[in-house]
Amino acid sequence: MKQISVGIDIGSTATKAVLLINGTITEHVIIPSGWDPKQAGRNAYDALLEKGQRVEQQVQTVVATGYGRITLPFADRRVTEVTCHARGAEHMVTGSRLVIDIGGQDSKVIALDGFGHVTDFIMNDKCAAGTGRFLQVMAGVLDITLDELGELALISQPATISSMCTVFAESEVIGLLARGAEKGAIAAGVIDSIGKRLPTLVGRMPNSEYITFTGGLASNPAICKRIEQNLNIPLRVPEFPQLAGAIGAALIGSDITTKKQLAQGTQL
Amino acid sequence: MNSSAFQQLESLRENNVIALKEAKEAGHHIVGMYCLYSPAELIVAAGASPVMLCGTSQKPIPIAEQSLPRNLCPLIKSSYGFAATDTCPFFYFSDFIVAETTCDGKKKMYELMEEFKPVHLLQLPQIQDKETALNYWLSELNLLKEKLEQTFNVEITEQKLRDAIELLNDERRSLKALQDVCKHKPAPISGIEMLTVLHNRGFALDKRATIQRVDQLTSELNERVKKGISTLSSAAPRILLTGVPVGLGSEKVVRIIEESGGQVVCFESCGAYKKVEPVQQSDTPLRDIAQCYLSIPCSCMSPNTNRYDLVANLAREFQVDGVIDLTWQGCHTYNIESFSLRKHMQQEVNLPFLQIETDYSESDSEQLKLRLEAFLELLADR
Repeated sequence: MKQISVGIDIGSTATKAVLLINGTITEHVIIPSGWDPKQAGRNAYDALLEKGQRVEQQVQTVVATGYGRITLPFADRRVTEVTCHARGAEHMVTGSRLVIDIGGQDSKVIALDGFGHVTDFIMNDKCAAGTGRFLQVMAGVLDITLDELGELALISQPATISSMCTVFAESEVIGLLARGAEKGAIAAGVIDSIGKRLPTLVGRMPNSEYITFTGGLASNPAICKRIEQNLNIPLRVPEFPQLAGAIGAALIGSDITTKKQLAQGTQL
Repeated sequence: MNSSAFQQLESLRENNVIALKEAKEAGHHIVGMYCLYSPAELIVAAGASPVMLCGTSQKPIPIAEQSLPRNLCPLIKSSYGFAATDTCPFFYFSDFIVAETTCDGKKKMYELMEEFKPVHLLQLPQIQDKETALNYWLSELNLLKEKLEQTFNVEITEQKLRDAIELLNDERRSLKALQDVCKHKPAPISGIEMLTVLHNRGFALDKRATIQRVDQLTSELNERVKKGISTLSSAAPRILLTGVPVGLGSEKVVRIIEESGGQVVCFESCGAYKKVEPVQQSDTPLRDIAQCYLSIPCSCMSPNTNRYDLVANLAREFQVDGVIDLTWQGCHTYNIESFSLRKHMQQEVNLPFLQIETDYSESDSEQLKLRLEAFLELLADR
């Protein structure tokens, strides 16, 4: 009997879904979360099933994670993104001891035991500073996309952006533009202001030779490079950094299926 | 909880407002306190009743912020807000307030509070193991004694102090015995229920009656343990909550922990396990009292190593799975101490540790839920 599980990660910006068949990721989808996390979860699930040519009845376990996890009525289990990101990171970068995840509305640093289990974690979730949302707002001020922000930042000397608060940083950027600062310098400065905040979180966690970097921002090589420079610790970016949470959720789903099948005495 | 002792303790705060009014009309003296460092023995020995004052609700904070900085600790803002809005009956009925120089925020707030009620401020030293500190504290207690004697026109004799020590030691014994029922696995009472009892008993006028009720509840709970009755799951991760004072109205972290499937089995906080050490009688009664109160392991002390040992011992005795250190926003002393406590806990008992920094508002409930749920998942995974 095939083991089929789905992990759905409803983040503040994007909703990610992963189809796991016998331990292998066979399909994934990424859609914008929009204003309705419940609907986003449903849409991602439907799109995933269609892409994977499966029907709902074939899926044994659905695990939801992300801030929208509570709203998903058809989930068999809800697991926090801390646990799911750790598990997903371990799946993609085996033996990870430290994970940085920068999401839309928070950033977190997770310490692992080397086998995908969380031993400690620390989060910044009180304020937009140091999150994906911060970069989005700043890209908006510069009238460019997030990808362009990263590319521009590669070629420039960073301007200093000292405000801790997104709203004030926005005024600061507008001020810099008014004084004729280069767009690329501002872009680099914006990314550095995230990078400079991370060591205060990382410094509170155990040391590690490298850090596995997950979350939507990690798909942007320029951002990764600047953050790596700020942290002075090598980053490992998995193939699908944005999917770490959904992959972790799907893996936990498959554990649940195994347990259920064992309990029922079903042959695997 | 289906227990008449519990229900009596649960409604104790409301019932005591009426008792308080009647006592006051009959000429009884009331002295209000905010902090565990207030030596209640002296007040009892003066024939007055010590009562805890309100300071655990978000409600009066917006008014308090008209005078106090927004980023101040919510406990200080709430205490001041209740006084400023005259919405705490216990404050209203108090003849005067006993306060201490524990942290910077509190001592400066008390200056403003003088506008509403006389405040007797005790200068609390911030080191525990020096003879000079003890002597200084003793002289402060002497000043309070004189103040009580003058205000209420009584003499506080050694015998009266000894009797007060005996009564309040009995209260400590009874509170310790109650909390110790949670050493059993699974605990027979939830953290929220325990907090309800610990919080409400502070508002009681009749100490003897309250001790009796607490003892009754303890024996009921021990009976349940014997019979193996518990409404709580034995699989629930057992949590030790340490740090700042918590009470009803500021219990959101306890509530979220328990709604997320954990159980707070031990509170190392001011109204709870910080309060159980009795006054040891070896010298003059006043010196014995001074010694006991100066030993309270609050983060305003430096160093405060007694707290590290207390938390580690409690973690073992209560067989906890994890430690959560609660810090109110703006509480620098607990906030900084969290770093050392985490290290101590990892070295001594090798337990997962989570610090939560928050205030009384519900604005961060979702973020708190995420952290606390993730912590409980981590504990379940071990």
